[in-house]
Amino acid sequence: MHLHKYEKIWLIFGIGSLVLFLAVLGFGAFWKGTHPQSHGATIDPQNIEAHEAFQPENLGLTKVDDDKYIVNIAASAFHYDLGVDEDGKPVKKLTIPKGSTVLFQITTKDVVHGFNVSGTNVNMMVEPGYISRMETVMKKPGEYTVVCNEYCGVGHHLMYATVEVTE
Amino acid sequence: MSIKKTMSAVHIIPKQFPITKKEARLYMAFISVAFISLFIGGLMGLLQTLVRSGTITLPWGIDYYQVLTVHGVILALVLTTFFIIGFQFALMGKTVGISMKQRKAAWLSFWIMLIGTIMTAAMILLGKASVLYTFYAPLQAHPLFYIGLALVIVGSWVAGIVNFRQVYVWKRAHPHEKSPLLAFMVTINMIMWIIASLGVAAAVLVQFIPWSLGYAETINVLVSRTLFWYFGHPLVYFWLLPAYMAWYAIIPKIIGGKIFSDSLARLSFILFLFFSIPVGFHHQLTEPGIDPVWKFIQVVLTFMVVIPTLMTAFSLFATFEITGRKKGFGGLFGWFRHLPWKDVRFLAPMLGMLAFIPGGAGGIINASHQMNAVVHNTMWVTGHFHLTVATTVMLTFFGVSYWLIPHLTGRKLTPSINKLGIIQSIIWIVGMAIMSGSMHIQGLLGGPRRSSYSEYGGTEQAADWLGYQIAQAIGGTILFIGILLMVYIVIKLAFFAPTGKEAFPIAEEEANAKPTPKFMENWKLWIGITVLLILFAYTVPFIDIIQHSPPGSPPFDWPIGNQ
Repeated sequence: MHLHKYEKIWLIFGIGSLVLFLAVLGFGAFWKGTHPQSHGATIDPQNIEAHEAFQPENLGLTKVDDDKYIVNIAASAFHYDLGVDEDGKPVKKLTIPKGSTVLFQITTKDVVHGFNVSGTNVNMMVEPGYISRMETVMKKPGEYTVVCNEYCGVGHHLMYATVEVTE
Repeated sequence: MSIKKTMSAVHIIPKQFPITKKEARLYMAFISVAFISLFIGGLMGLLQTLVRSGTITLPWGIDYYQVLTVHGVILALVLTTFFIIGFQFALMGKTVGISMKQRKAAWLSFWIMLIGTIMTAAMILLGKASVLYTFYAPLQAHPLFYIGLALVIVGSWVAGIVNFRQVYVWKRAHPHEKSPLLAFMVTINMIMWIIASLGVAAAVLVQFIPWSLGYAETINVLVSRTLFWYFGHPLVYFWLLPAYMAWYAIIPKIIGGKIFSDSLARLSFILFLFFSIPVGFHHQLTEPGIDPVWKFIQVVLTFMVVIPTLMTAFSLFATFEITGRKKGFGGLFGWFRHLPWKDVRFLAPMLGMLAFIPGGAGGIINASHQMNAVVHNTMWVTGHFHLTVATTVMLTFFGVSYWLIPHLTGRKLTPSINKLGIIQSIIWIVGMAIMSGSMHIQGLLGGPRRSSYSEYGGTEQAADWLGYQIAQAIGGTILFIGILLMVYIVIKLAFFAPTGKEAFPIAEEEANAKPTPKFMENWKLWIGITVLLILFAYTVPFIDIIQHSPPGSPPFDWPIGNQ
C-alpha cells in the first residue's frame, strides 16, 4: 500500500507520541502504582452490616493513628450515611486536619452511586456488591463538597456531604 | 504482471444507480424520524439547562430526570440510529443499488425500530422509565422500556443484513471490481455495530427483561455494566463513522477535488473496526470490581484509535490542499482561505471537523488510566460528548442533509436556504462553544454530571459551579434556536423548496491513483482479527468478574419516582 512521504512522517510523529503517552501512563500505573481504584472486595448488598466496617457504630470518621484516618460510608438513595454525632444527629460534615492520610471505604445498600470529593482525585463508582476504597492525603485546606456523581434516582442531586480540611 | 499493469492503468469510474421515488421515500422515512427526534430531544435539552441554572422549575410534576432520559434516549439512540441507517441506505442505494426485495426488508427494519422507539418513549413519558439512556441496574424501568430498546436494536440488525446483501449481490455482478468505497465503509460500520450490539442485546435479553418481568430475582450489576460498555464505546464510533464517510468520500467532491487515497480510507475504517470494541473498560476505570491490569490493557487498545484518526486528519487536509493548489491558490495557506466556505454543504461538516480537534484531545484525557479520576462523571464528560457527537457528528449530518434531502425529494438547495444554513452552522458552533466550554470548566472544578439543580447545602464549590450552569443555559438557548432553524430548513427542503435536481456528490479517485490492494476486502480476515482482539481483551476479566461476583441485586423502582 502506498503512503505519501509526509504522511509517513506525520504517522511516525503520531505513533511516537502515542507510545510516549502510553509509557507515561504505564510508568504511573506499574512503577508508581497509581492505578484507579479496583479493590475487588465483595459484600452482600442486602446485608452490609455483616461487614465490620459498615456496622452503624463504625460509620463516619475514625482516627486510627497520628495523621491517619478511615472514613466508612454506607451509601443509599439518596444519602451518605456517616454515622451519628453525640446528640444522635446524622453527621453531614467531616473535619480532617491538613496533611492526614485518609482511607475512604464505601459501599451501597441499593443502587449504583458515585462518590466524588469534588476537586480531588477521590472519584469512585459505588456499586452494589462491592466495596470501593481509595486512600489519599488531604494536602490542601478548604471545604470540599462530596457529591454523588452517578445518577441514582429522583433525589440524586440531594445526595451530598462535606469534608473540611483544617489547617 | 503485465495484466496487472493494464488493469491499474484503466481507470474505472464506478457506475451509480439513480434513486427511484420508492427508494427515496424509504430513506426519507428514516431521516424524518431523525429530525423529529432532534426537535423533541433538543427541547428537552433546553429545559435541562434552564432547570439547572435555577431559572425554572418544571410544571405538572414532570421530573428533571424524566426529561434527561428523553433527551439521552431520543438524541443518542433514536436520532443517531435513524439518521445513520437512512443515510447508509441512501449511500448503498446510490453506489450498489437496492432490489425490490431488499427495499421491503429495509421497510421492515424501519417499522421494527419505530415500534420499539414508541414503546420506549411511552414508558418514559409515563414516568415508568426515568433510568437515563444507560439504564444502569439495579434501577428498574418498566419491562416495555427494555423490550422497546431491544426492538430498536433488532431493527437495526435487519438493516445491517440488508446492507450486506446489497454488497453481496453487487459483488456477484461485478466479480473483478472492488466494491465502491462508500459501500465498503457502510459494511464496516454495520459489522462493527452488529458485533458491538450483541453485548447490549445479551444484557437486555438475558438479564434485564427476565429480571424486570420478575422471572429472575436478582441481577449481576457489574456484568450488565460490562456488557453495556462493550457496546457503549463502539456506539460512539457507530455515530462517528458515517461522518467519516461524508468526510472521506463526499466532501472532496463538494470542494471539486478527488479522493486522496482509496486504500488509506479503507485501511482507516478497518482499524476503526479493530479498535472500537475491545475498549469498554475505559468507561469503567473507577469501578471497584475490575482488575486494574486489564483496565490498563484496554486503555492501550483505546489509544490505538489515534492512528486511524491521524490518518483521517492527514487525508482530509491533504485533499483540501491538493484541491486548492490545483485551482491555483498558492502560498502557504492560500488553499485554505479559498475553500468553499460559503457552501453550507462544506462549511457545516468542516466546522464539525474542527470541533473534533479539541473533542478528540478530551477523549484521550478521559481514557487515560489515572487522569480519568479527575473527570470521571463530572460535567467535563458531558462537555466532551457535546463536542464530539453533538457538534462533530451532528454538523456533518446537517451538512449531508442540505444535499441529501433535496436530492431525495426532487428539490433544490437555493442560495437563500444555503445562507440560512450558514447562519445555522454558526449559531450551532457558537452555542456549543459556550455550552460545552462551560461544561468542561465546571467538570474540572468537580461539578457532577446528570444532576438537577442543587445548592449542595450552600457550599462555596457549588456556588462556583452555578455560574457555569448559567452559561450552559445561555449556550443551550442559542442551540435551541439553532434546532428551530434546522427543523425549518429541513421542512423547507423536503416540502417547499423549488423543484429541481440536486447532486448526490460522490468523489472519485485520481485518474492515476494506485490500485487498492485486494486484501482490503478480505472480510474473514478483518472480522477474525476483530473477534480475536475482543476475546483477548474480555475473556479473562469477564471470567474473573463472574467468578468473583457478589450476591446479585434485587430490582429498585422507587428511586426513579415510580411508585
